[in-house]
Amino acid sequence: MDSTKKLLNGDEAIAHAARVAGVNLGIGYPGTPSTEILETFSSLGGYAQWAPNEKVAAEVAIGAALAGGKAVVTMKHVGMNVAADPFFTAAYTGVKGSLVICAADDPGMASSQNEQDSRRYAVAAGLPMLEPADSQQCYDYFILATELSKRFGTPVILRLTTRVCHSKTIVSIGQFSEPGTPSYTKDAKSHVMVPAFARLAHVRLRKRLHDMEEWNVKEGPCTFLGSESAKQGVIATGISAMHAAEALPEARIMQPGMTYPLPMDKIKAFVESHEDNLVVEEGDPIVVETLLAAGMKVRGKKEAFRYGELNVARVKKLAAEDVTPDPAPAPGKPPQLCPGCPHRLTFQALHDLGCTVCGDIGCYTLGVLPPYEAMDTCVCMGASIGAALGMREVLPAEQAKKIVSVIGDSTFMHSGLTGLVDMVYNRPPHGHVVILLDNSTTAMTGLQEHPGTGRRLDHTETVRVDPAAVAKAIGVRVEEVDPLAMKDTLKDFIQEQLDKKDVCMIIMKRSCLLALKHLKDREKAQAEEKKN
Amino acid sequence: MKNINIVFAGLGGQGVLRASDITAEAAFLTGFDVKKAEVHGMSQRGGSVSSDVRFGAGIKSPMIPAGTADFLVLLDASQKEPNALSCHAGTVIIDPGVIKIEDLPNPKGLNVALLGYLSTKLPEIPEENWQKALENNFPEKLRESNVTAFQVGRQAAGK
Ligand SMILES: Cc1ncc(C[n+]2csc(CCOP(=O)(O)OP(=O)(O)O)c2C)c(N)n1
Ligand code: SF4
Repeated sequence: MDSTKKLLNGDEAIAHAARVAGVNLGIGYPGTPSTEILETFSSLGGYAQWAPNEKVAAEVAIGAALAGGKAVVTMKHVGMNVAADPFFTAAYTGVKGSLVICAADDPGMASSQNEQDSRRYAVAAGLPMLEPADSQQCYDYFILATELSKRFGTPVILRLTTRVCHSKTIVSIGQFSEPGTPSYTKDAKSHVMVPAFARLAHVRLRKRLHDMEEWNVKEGPCTFLGSESAKQGVIATGISAMHAAEALPEARIMQPGMTYPLPMDKIKAFVESHEDNLVVEEGDPIVVETLLAAGMKVRGKKEAFRYGELNVARVKKLAAEDVTPDPAPAPGKPPQLCPGCPHRLTFQALHDLGCTVCGDIGCYTLGVLPPYEAMDTCVCMGASIGAALGMREVLPAEQAKKIVSVIGDSTFMHSGLTGLVDMVYNRPPHGHVVILLDNSTTAMTGLQEHPGTGRRLDHTETVRVDPAAVAKAIGVRVEEVDPLAMKDTLKDFIQEQLDKKDVCMIIMKRSCLLALKHLKDREKAQAEEKKN
Repeated sequence: MKNINIVFAGLGGQGVLRASDITAEAAFLTGFDVKKAEVHGMSQRGGSVSSDVRFGAGIKSPMIPAGTADFLVLLDASQKEPNALSCHAGTVIIDPGVIKIEDLPNPKGLNVALLGYLSTKLPEIPEENWQKALENNFPEKLRESNVTAFQVGRQAAGK
């Protein structure tokens, strides 16, 4: 097969692989560091969509794969929590076509609210998992995951990390192939999970994992680095293998590509042929605990290395069991809301009012920083509404009346709607005010479209889901205003709404400055194209 | 040949990632093994940004180990301290002050001008590969001003 070499990051490598594998549908919800997979897939001519949230994305992808199509669904680690429900049962139904779940963890939290280790989901749901170490492996393992998914009839997780997604390395790329047209065959016994069928499916699932482990021992991807005659053995996963190869040049490194189910017999043979065996993995001690439980003589890391990402220096310390604190770099400049960002106006008003602000996730989370310091809670997407309702339920009236929820437009579409329903259904004694910061984009993750922008992933037009109409239909009073036009009266305006003690949503409608610029650039480019 | 480690550092919006992309591509076009690491995400909003480029015969970790940077290219002088751990006594630090902003067709070309300056210290990469990498990384409208900025940087280094 013809191949060309390119310098790509992990996300781009996966997008290329999806075009080579002939994927019918790519779907996901934006989230650093996974976002560029679908953006690149689309720009390479693949068919990609943003879903309102990860659960819907997972369900659509599962449907495409049940129908016999090839699907990929992408998300950041916390998206796996949102999509966990469909995934756990999709492990039972299996798939007819193929489904690859790209789940991107963020050890060190470069851009996330936690550093959960999503590998736990593979074990908990019984979904096989591959872990690439660089862009070439992202490419190779995606294609392999697609094949395994079809062959064994299961969704497969491709587990990524920030450094794998965002590091560029050289990749050999094959020819793109156009997706085929699947044809549906009814198979209710496999696809309808009523208890009688699900009991059988669970047994099938465990048998499949057993078969896959056997396959992994015999034929699974496994990379060895360093000298064959080394006394020190290292079992390393994902990018840790690269750090280990550099940090421990005297060691023999084994990087199993499929880390669930692990190729236990192969690892056992490796362990037996080395005097000392060290397990190097970022995040939770998952591989090491599995090997220890099987009675293998391996050494894991000290607790200090559960936190943050690994690098060459930390792997050296990990091997030496040196837990002295890492030298801290001088602090850099923290990010800030752009000068002129419309979010600033709302936070100034909330600061001046002394409101208790249940916040949410997006650019506007930066409202927690000085000069505004106008955020009191931020847990997960959508929690601004639920958390505020809970606070209002238990606090005395004078404190409860000061509480507001602040949520972005993409976050509102993702998981704000059900919160609004609860606000109406279980209305707090003094009502509640939700402030929707509608800047017509998903700014935080790099300006993606969402149902409220009225444009699809590739920026072509579609029907706009109007948050005002939705909120009204649920039974919420809606005020739609331009915060810039209201500037001096915004504070009084918010207080007036709070004083009404009903359930209200204030929509602050003003575009993100960067999104506006992108929109204008696209319009200009289109106009020029028309001229030529 | 010894592997070369270059750290680029600046603030969001200054073109740190573009500069490291161009450098990585120029090294790639020359036939080296190349890896490049960075953390994006919040960089749009004016915070510190840095990016590592490594090239040579065979690169393992994409991240430059502490104390092993051969070059620290600063797009903003304030970013020297936050990146001090990457450096050692012999690290060549390229300060934005080496470029006279008035000499640039557009002040936004500082990143590319610094690449011009850096290119004179990297005889391993032929100038034509820098030129190709520049072409591949800018739309046609911006090409000319960036090619000029690159030359301003080379002249600032006396080439
Ligand atoms: C479950 C989950 N998925 C994805 C993300 C990544 N993420 C963080 S904020 C955000 C959306 C921000 O958009 P919006 O609410 O419109 O606010 P803006 O950044 O535009 O101000 C996303 C997708 C996340 N934190 N959690
Ligand atoms: S990117 Fe947009 S939403 Fe984010 S801080 Fe800047 S102007 Fe505000």
